[in-house]
Amino acid sequence: MSTQLAAQINSLLAALILLTAFAMLVQRRMYALLHLFAWQGFFLSVSTAIVGFVAKTHHLYISSLLTLLLKVILLPYILHVLIRKLRIHKEVETVVNVPTTMLMGIALVIFSYHLTAPIRELSTLMTKSTLAVALATVMLGLLMMITRRHAVTQIIGFLAMENGLFFAATSATYGMPLVVELGVALDLLIAAFIFGIFFFHINTTFDSLDVEQMARLKEED
Amino acid sequence: MSLLILLSVPLVASLALAFIGDRKFAPEVNILGSAATFAAGVVLAVEVYRNGPMLAGGNFFFVDAFNVYLAVLTSFVSVTTAIFSRRYMRRELEHGTLGHRRIRFYHAMFQLFIFAMLLCLLTNNVGVLWIAMELATLSTVLLVSLYRTPSAIEAAWKYFILCGVGIALALFGTVLLYFAAEKVLGAGGEALLWTNLNEVSSKLEPTILSLAFVFLMVGYGTKVGLVPIHNWLPDAHSEGPTPISAVLSGLLLNIALYALVRCKVLVDGSTGTHHSGDIMMGFGIISVLVASFSLLRQKDIKRMFAYSSIEHMGIATFAFGLGGPVATFGALLHMLVHSLTKSAIFFTVGHASQMHRTQEMDKIKGLIRGNPLVGWGMALGVMAIVGMPPFGVFTSEFLILTATIKDAPLMAPFLLLGLAVTFAALFRRVQSMVSGEIPDHQKRLKVAHVPVLLHMSLVLVLGLYMPKFLSGWFHTAVGLLK
Repeated sequence: MSTQLAAQINSLLAALILLTAFAMLVQRRMYALLHLFAWQGFFLSVSTAIVGFVAKTHHLYISSLLTLLLKVILLPYILHVLIRKLRIHKEVETVVNVPTTMLMGIALVIFSYHLTAPIRELSTLMTKSTLAVALATVMLGLLMMITRRHAVTQIIGFLAMENGLFFAATSATYGMPLVVELGVALDLLIAAFIFGIFFFHINTTFDSLDVEQMARLKEED
Repeated sequence: MSLLILLSVPLVASLALAFIGDRKFAPEVNILGSAATFAAGVVLAVEVYRNGPMLAGGNFFFVDAFNVYLAVLTSFVSVTTAIFSRRYMRRELEHGTLGHRRIRFYHAMFQLFIFAMLLCLLTNNVGVLWIAMELATLSTVLLVSLYRTPSAIEAAWKYFILCGVGIALALFGTVLLYFAAEKVLGAGGEALLWTNLNEVSSKLEPTILSLAFVFLMVGYGTKVGLVPIHNWLPDAHSEGPTPISAVLSGLLLNIALYALVRCKVLVDGSTGTHHSGDIMMGFGIISVLVASFSLLRQKDIKRMFAYSSIEHMGIATFAFGLGGPVATFGALLHMLVHSLTKSAIFFTVGHASQMHRTQEMDKIKGLIRGNPLVGWGMALGVMAIVGMPPFGVFTSEFLILTATIKDAPLMAPFLLLGLAVTFAALFRRVQSMVSGEIPDHQKRLKVAHVPVLLHMSLVLVLGLYMPKFLSGWFHTAVGLLK
């Protein structure tokens, strides 16, 4: 595979990652949201493998495999089980003001391109153009966490942010050193167990996973 | 060698405590584990004091004057907190607010948290620092929700989400840092070591490092509890068990600030400007002002002292941002004395709220008559924390203020305003709590004497006399942070 072709495929995958990020921002059904997240992880995994192949950095294969196992199979599976056990699969979340959210998302993408401009100029890697997309994915995940009101959705937003960070590491530097990537994966795994426990606690205490109800702790006047 | 022991003891203790479970001697094992960690920390400190900075475990760990004093402080406060939590947790068990299984979980997670913080301090790798910081958050999230009340769960969720987001941004900053470092040091793990990065910091690309610093500042700043990303802190402190509030305030915030300061040194070396210092000064002074005015409105005792922690972290961040030998020396001392004083205050607060079965300040009264140690401990602790002589906080705040008047005179009034408002707010509240007659609903209680006495006497000694080895350490650290 020529570098030219690989770069083009990589850009396509970057576009798909961004597309799934936007779709997640406004998807109201739980399962559909989960599938979108799994797809995003899959694109990320393929993209990492391609970069690893072209750049001949073999530890990226491990990262790619790790992404596949963790973000395409394990985490969606855990969330799937949790959603079924907590009986929230039929819940349709109201998403306030889709057009405004989309416009904010677009603004964030433009902002990301602006912010990463100096890095694009300095980088010599074939993946340099995708760094902006990576930052945009992080920002969109953040936006999702702010605008959505459901605990599960917030967690998916958080995991989408992690996807963006991972993508940033691959596109800016051909991946962080292996020890760091393994550690991050471990942290993510622990986090998955913790939010699993949390869902049960929140559900039993508040009878719902709607975070809107959690408004006890405020500054009193 | 002592470095590896220092790191492995809390990890082993954590596993052991998970197995020991709720047996009667579990709290003693917890204390013993912490004490062993502290002993290893002291040995390490003596080694570093004699032989200077050193590397261990290949290049994986390193110790210098800056992190060794924080490691000793961390292990010391973990011992006293373990002693305090023995009595505290026994009381909670008697009240039935906590079950046996949760006590087991608490002990195991407490040691894991200490391990994560020590790893943060001692690792040489910027990436591992990040991982350990995340581990420190994760190990305390479920401790904050230990009581399983609706507000505790809400507080823990907020802590989890906000710190998760913050730390994610810090990872992006770390990626950018690696991007810049890789160009100079080549790809691989070597490019993320502090020791290597510091040597080549002048060759790192300044535009990228300034961008990275913004992300690192917001990311680690969330964990330091700097305004406007401090929202998790008062909630987590007020809803979690008091020993956890003490270590969150006394230790975790320090560790996050440590990470931030290390990054700042690197960025300054690259850009050669005072840009990152200015950002830190801005965040610091805003934190001081917002926290001091928020203090006035608090009704919950632990929430009030949580805001006081935000204020003090603001002061230390401001001082590190200001830079220069005097301010940096003051900031290092401030991290030390704030940590000792604030955890002592939280120990007394924990007992006071147990005596009255409430955290509402209006219902807490007559502490000195009810229990002299708790009452006087809180009164003197508050006198220390607002910066009255002869306590150590006075020395550090005085140094910082002097440096501010000299180097950034325009900021001095704001800093003074923050200190004055805090002084008024804390005194108004605490005076009514410690004085007066014993109210009917106050219960007698067996309290832990040692932690409070030990912390307060150390703070007093540090205010009157600075041991030679300590000032030597600080001077070396100031040299490192130039």
